[in-house]
Amino acid sequence: MNELSAMQGFKPVAVPDGEREINGVYIGDLLSWVMGRAKADDAWITIMTNINVVAVASLADTACIVLAEGVNPDASVVETANAKGVNIISSEMPAYETAKAIGI
Amino acid sequence: MVNEMAEPLIFHFDVDGDNFTSAGQASVQVKKNLRQLGIDPETIRRVSIAMYEGEINMVIHAKGGEADVIVSDESIEIILKDTGPGIANIEQAMQEGFSTAPDNIRSLGFGAGMGLPNMKRYTDYMQIDSVVGEGTTITMRVNF
Repeated sequence: MNELSAMQGFKPVAVPDGEREINGVYIGDLLSWVMGRAKADDAWITIMTNINVVAVASLADTACIVLAEGVNPDASVVETANAKGVNIISSEMPAYETAKAIGI
Repeated sequence: MVNEMAEPLIFHFDVDGDNFTSAGQASVQVKKNLRQLGIDPETIRRVSIAMYEGEINMVIHAKGGEADVIVSDESIEIILKDTGPGIANIEQAMQEGFSTAPDNIRSLGFGAGMGLPNMKRYTDYMQIDSVVGEGTTITMRVNF
């Protein structure tokens, strides 16, 4: 996590658990689809920024949320993510390039 | 399981149907409780996702309801009870992609028609008892 958020093109948004290992990547914006298909420890790339993404990431046990295309969440989302131990980083790149840059 | 339990542990929650932004609170609390009990992460993940999907359904369709989670030596049972509109065609509702969720819910990334299928996917047992106009009770079990 810490390594990824320090990489070029990525920016930490909320990193309460920087030691978390990333073991895969899942891309998707439909939350139930993500819960059905993403694996624990995946980096989850999405453009959704509403508060529910924090609960989905927490319950599906993904390593982090990666907000693609430079989208930014509300302050309340960042606050909740920090409180719930959910990592969020942002990427200026589209989802595909973001996944390539993570490169797992 | 963790330690031998003399009595099953029961967690009860009222699911608030008015506030979609806080939907999932019961599931998040259950996750926390199960973690404290030392239950393995994959079991917690399955229970959490199944319960969250059910909780979201109760908020979207039934103005909330009640949730009970019973942890015994053999399994974790989740019982979700609401007094909402009921499910007219359960077979149809179980199909991936079928949804009756309104547009405002879809714009949040829900309503993809994956809720009930996910609940089945992540549990070892699932039963839906529903009466149109009276409500729905869903019982799910994840075995240890």
